Amino acid sequence: MPAHQPMLDPTTNGLYSGESPLLRTIGLTKRYGDFLANDAIDIDIWPTEIHALLGENGAGKSTLVKAIYGLIQPSAGEIFWKSQPIVLSGPSEARSRGIGMVFQHFSLFDNLTVAENVALGLDGRESFKDMSARLEQVSKTYGLPLDPKREVWQLSVGERQRIEIVRALMQDPQFLILDEPTAVLTPQEADQLFIVLERLKAEGRAILYISHKLEEVKRLCDTATILRGGKKVETCNPRLETAASLARMMVGGEIKQVKAAAGRQTTVPRLVVNDLSLAPAEPHGVRLEHISFELKGGEILGIAGVAGNGQDELFAALSGERLSKDPGTIVIEGLAAGHLSITQRRKLGAAFVPEERLGHGTAPRMKLSENALLTGHAASGMVHHGFIDTAATLKTVDRATETFDVRKAKRDPEAASLSGGNLQKFIVGREILRNPAVLVVSQPTWGVDAGAAAVIRQALLDLATAGAAVLVTSQDLDELAEIADRIAVMFHGHLSAPLATSEATREKLGLLMGGSTLEPKEAAHAVGA
Amino acid sequence: MELVEAIILAVLAASTPLLIAAAGELVTERSGVLNLGVEGMMIVGAACGFAGAWLTGSIFIGALFGIVAGTMMSLVFALMALGLAVNQVATGLALTILGVGLSGLIGAGFVGERITPALHLYIPGLTEIPLVGRVLFGEDAFVCFSLALVVGVWWFLYRTRQGLILRACGDNHVSAHALGYPVLRIRTIAVMFGGACAGLAGAYLPLAYTPFFIPGMTAGRGWIALALVVFSSWRPGRLVVGAYLFGAVTILQLHAQGWGVGVPSQFMSALPYLATVFVLVLLSRARTGGSTAPAALGTVFVPDR
Repeated sequence: MPAHQPMLDPTTNGLYSGESPLLRTIGLTKRYGDFLANDAIDIDIWPTEIHALLGENGAGKSTLVKAIYGLIQPSAGEIFWKSQPIVLSGPSEARSRGIGMVFQHFSLFDNLTVAENVALGLDGRESFKDMSARLEQVSKTYGLPLDPKREVWQLSVGERQRIEIVRALMQDPQFLILDEPTAVLTPQEADQLFIVLERLKAEGRAILYISHKLEEVKRLCDTATILRGGKKVETCNPRLETAASLARMMVGGEIKQVKAAAGRQTTVPRLVVNDLSLAPAEPHGVRLEHISFELKGGEILGIAGVAGNGQDELFAALSGERLSKDPGTIVIEGLAAGHLSITQRRKLGAAFVPEERLGHGTAPRMKLSENALLTGHAASGMVHHGFIDTAATLKTVDRATETFDVRKAKRDPEAASLSGGNLQKFIVGREILRNPAVLVVSQPTWGVDAGAAAVIRQALLDLATAGAAVLVTSQDLDELAEIADRIAVMFHGHLSAPLATSEATREKLGLLMGGSTLEPKEAAHAVGA
Repeated sequence: MELVEAIILAVLAASTPLLIAAAGELVTERSGVLNLGVEGMMIVGAACGFAGAWLTGSIFIGALFGIVAGTMMSLVFALMALGLAVNQVATGLALTILGVGLSGLIGAGFVGERITPALHLYIPGLTEIPLVGRVLFGEDAFVCFSLALVVGVWWFLYRTRQGLILRACGDNHVSAHALGYPVLRIRTIAVMFGGACAGLAGAYLPLAYTPFFIPGMTAGRGWIALALVVFSSWRPGRLVVGAYLFGAVTILQLHAQGWGVGVPSQFMSALPYLATVFVLVLLSRARTGGSTAPAALGTVFVPDR
């Protein structure tokens, strides 16, 4: 067995190359009470390899990488590093052995500077000054520009990720773990990241790459390991698979194809926004600038854009969380509604699904029936003479459960006890069951696994088919391409003119998301003149 | 001239316990822990400090007793708020109530006793410097120590790696944990430092300020120290300014009464708190971004393992 031969090979830059894997887990198991988060997982990571780790939410990907990075201790099983069995006492030991990690939820400190953030990720053996110099050098070498003196709260999401990556690279890791690195990037930013990753691979390093984006995995990765329900299902070459076959392995069955009903008719305008401008409510909020669009019944309008370009502000203005001075800027079902409260807008037939499930979409510690009441009290007959009709609220829960396949432990649990995908199905279901004329939904499938995402997307399509106007804000371009009829892009508080989905290529959308305008003909004229 | 110097010296003496207690609480809060039990830790420090000095006849040992007592009190807090992840506000308030009762119990036998208070320093050369010398090097050692303490806290927070890690825990404990820093251990140490400082600040009162012990002698100074930390917007430099300002208000209040100025003394006592509210308003208006307070302040952290 090559696995047990010591194969330490001091090559030029100290990187390991051998005939046995750089990292190998055998029977790695992590148990939380009765729940097996990882069930006897064997995985081999080789040098000069980009290895994808695929699986639905809750399949055990995060648990596995946390164990490899020393953040949690496995309950059973072994980890071999360069054929030597190791027990990691913590991330700093993992780092000192040459294992680096870039977290999905950044592990950054908003009120510290870039340099301080990087210093915290290193072991502090060099002086702050030497570290700063090296930071500059590494960021230059890999084309990841950073200003070491700025505080993190001032930076964009893409820049924040750059800090994480540079911080990991400064440890000169032989093995780098990336947890969903492209979830927050524009397509162009993602392409730049892929160049960096290819380069790291060419330098002889190994990369473990977690992603939900199967096309990306097919393009970038050499090997893919698929987890399902805490178990390893398969290790394969993603280039020889199709996105559909990878998805099948992840889900363990066919994913229902989302399908729009043929011959969907658009009807009257149901949601019209006229020249909406709104100053931000928070110091770092985005100012909405002259936003106008018209959304007819039977139509789905997608709004793309990198997070933090005014999508939250637009949602707040549409839902009535923030009021507009001029009532005519927002027209719902033909009535000027800019000055109306959320409840009044709901009475006009509008429904809203915010991005944040816990805390905004639902009150986490309240039961589902109570959460149904919170948005349904005005227009859904749950309150009679000021008293709550408990039976009606429970009925809403049951109907949402049945229609949208919400999986939960008991009939009416607390919202916080549901998994993300199931809670999202409940929230979307709760609003759709009210038969809204207008549905405004933000990031409908963010962090939701493929099965639940398909259910939610289908529900949105069906709602539009039934004649409602649907506005979907999403950072997932594939999702918008799948369900939207037209796509507009938000950038710095401006909304671009919508493109028909058939014309909205990734390149065009990517340019708009980066703030460019789409006027190639005019630009050509200008050059000619 | 004599009068100005006398007032300055009185202000220094009144400000020193505030400064010491606030410097400790500042470190605690910078690690993300809100310990509202400063008053309780101070009063126990006062009782134990006096007991130590009376029993041994040494001010130094008295001060050590105060430090140890304050640290023990803070460990009670750490056990509850960090170990058992209990709500920090409730635990801090409980600690104050506990401290007031406990100090009455410990100090009961010492009420009416007197000790020789801490001697004033005399450093040849330094103390003779006009004006500054008397103020900086002519008072008791506590005054000198309190200033050194603040400089030390500043140096630690902004010039050492450990200080950076402590600030990181106060900014985002989830990130700090993910990077492998022992958040709860760091916070426990920060809480203990806060307790030691509060205990010393409490001991200052019967050891140097007035040479006897009376129950409740901290008289709300712990709360002023808490307000002071907010007033300073968690920065050691501003802490010194705030401490002397608040100390001056306390002294002014006494003198105003003596001179028969028609300002109610209650209003003067409320001034530090009013000033804190005022500063908070100014800070939030002037805020350009980020957060002034440690972002994780007062939030419970339970690491997953």
